[in-house]
Amino acid sequence: MKIFALLFSVALLAPLAVQAEEVAPDALVKNVTNEVLEIIRKDKDIQAGNTKRVLELVEQKVLPNFNFPHMTALAMGKEWKQASPAQQKILTNEFRTLLVRTYSNALAAYKNQTVEYKPFRMQAGETDVTVRTLINQPSGKPITLDYSLEKIAQGWKVYDMTVAGVSLVTNYRESFGNEVRTNGVDGLIKALQTKNGSQSNDSNASQSPAAAPASK
Amino acid sequence: MNTNNTKTISSLPTATLLVAMAAALLGGCATSGNQADPVEGFNRAMFSVNEGLDKVVIKPAAQAYDFVTPQPLQTGVSNVFGNVGDLAIGVNNLLQGKPVDALSDGGRVVVNTTLGLLGIFDVASIMGLEKHEEDFGQTFGRWGVGDGAYVVLPFFGPRTVRDTVGLGFDMYADPFSYIEHVPTRNTVAAVRIVSGRAALLKADKVIEEAALDKYSYIRDAYLQRRHSLIQDGNAPRRAE
Repeated sequence: MKIFALLFSVALLAPLAVQAEEVAPDALVKNVTNEVLEIIRKDKDIQAGNTKRVLELVEQKVLPNFNFPHMTALAMGKEWKQASPAQQKILTNEFRTLLVRTYSNALAAYKNQTVEYKPFRMQAGETDVTVRTLINQPSGKPITLDYSLEKIAQGWKVYDMTVAGVSLVTNYRESFGNEVRTNGVDGLIKALQTKNGSQSNDSNASQSPAAAPASK
Repeated sequence: MNTNNTKTISSLPTATLLVAMAAALLGGCATSGNQADPVEGFNRAMFSVNEGLDKVVIKPAAQAYDFVTPQPLQTGVSNVFGNVGDLAIGVNNLLQGKPVDALSDGGRVVVNTTLGLLGIFDVASIMGLEKHEEDFGQTFGRWGVGDGAYVVLPFFGPRTVRDTVGLGFDMYADPFSYIEHVPTRNTVAAVRIVSGRAALLKADKVIEEAALDKYSYIRDAYLQRRHSLIQDGNAPRRAE
């Protein structure tokens, strides 16, 4: 049902950005979310629908806070061990690209939603936490958006997002699993590359109906 | 008890029919091995039908609606339907043993109907009475009824067998389905559909980009979301 798409898309409005020194995970989420939404509100280009600008924003501010290798491993589930290190590297890159594009699309649809941060408690020394936020929108009910963060050497990084009860990683696990069972790890790589390739054609063509090749 | 029932779709028989259909198809459709989706072949076909229907009829109507209707009015329309829905939500909360939530839902209806001018303004949310999301499918789930097979219903879209039966009850409990005057009832139904669809227009693009396979993406998101809803957001994280 498309309601999930909406939930997913609106929730991706709340991204994260780079902090130099170590910051508590809830502060991290808050700072970055506010920063990026502020930028979007002010940037006329983005308001006009310039997806390239949004992609840049996502690359600079959002991505550094994600632990993509771990996310990819989680999304692959059991199949991760079946992939060779070279394949794992490609998969991580492709998954990253997929998420960046999806994220950017969601951000480009931003329209004055506000974000509420739920109270956050953390024990000292914990390395795996969930930061809960709520996205309020003009029409429709608020959407919960939870970030799962883990503490690694480089600081706190996101390894999953749960939108209205739907975990990103778990959802991709099913599709990836399907693809690997049918066409093997290489098949999955190929599917991701095709999808990412066709998306880049789409974003270059922007609004023009002049054929972007249908993927899949 | 008189039953001068002029509903065009009688809900309980429809629900039963749909469940029977799903059950009948449980015998031997080719699947990719997803245990939750034993009638995947049928579901994919239905999914295509629904996508076609959406593309040709519903989405264009929603886009037109979105284009001509200012946002505050769209919000108002959505609130009116939401207000009527709060009654059934309250009933479901009661059935699930959540009387406090049920009271709150009742409070929402009162506040929004009066202060909120027949539901146009969602004053209750501002007052802190948050809107819940409950339906009969969730109630049955709460009572311990398992999902059953995943089914894609014509027009209605993704459900599970349990939620299909739930849908029948939801329709039965929907006050709008009791409007005797058929053209009015149909208009109301159409507006509700279009209003709901319009709210999801932006999401289309995102899901197209995000999904490797749209069918399975929607299925898996649906199932996850239902489990989360039944537990009211406290579903345990699935282990690796």
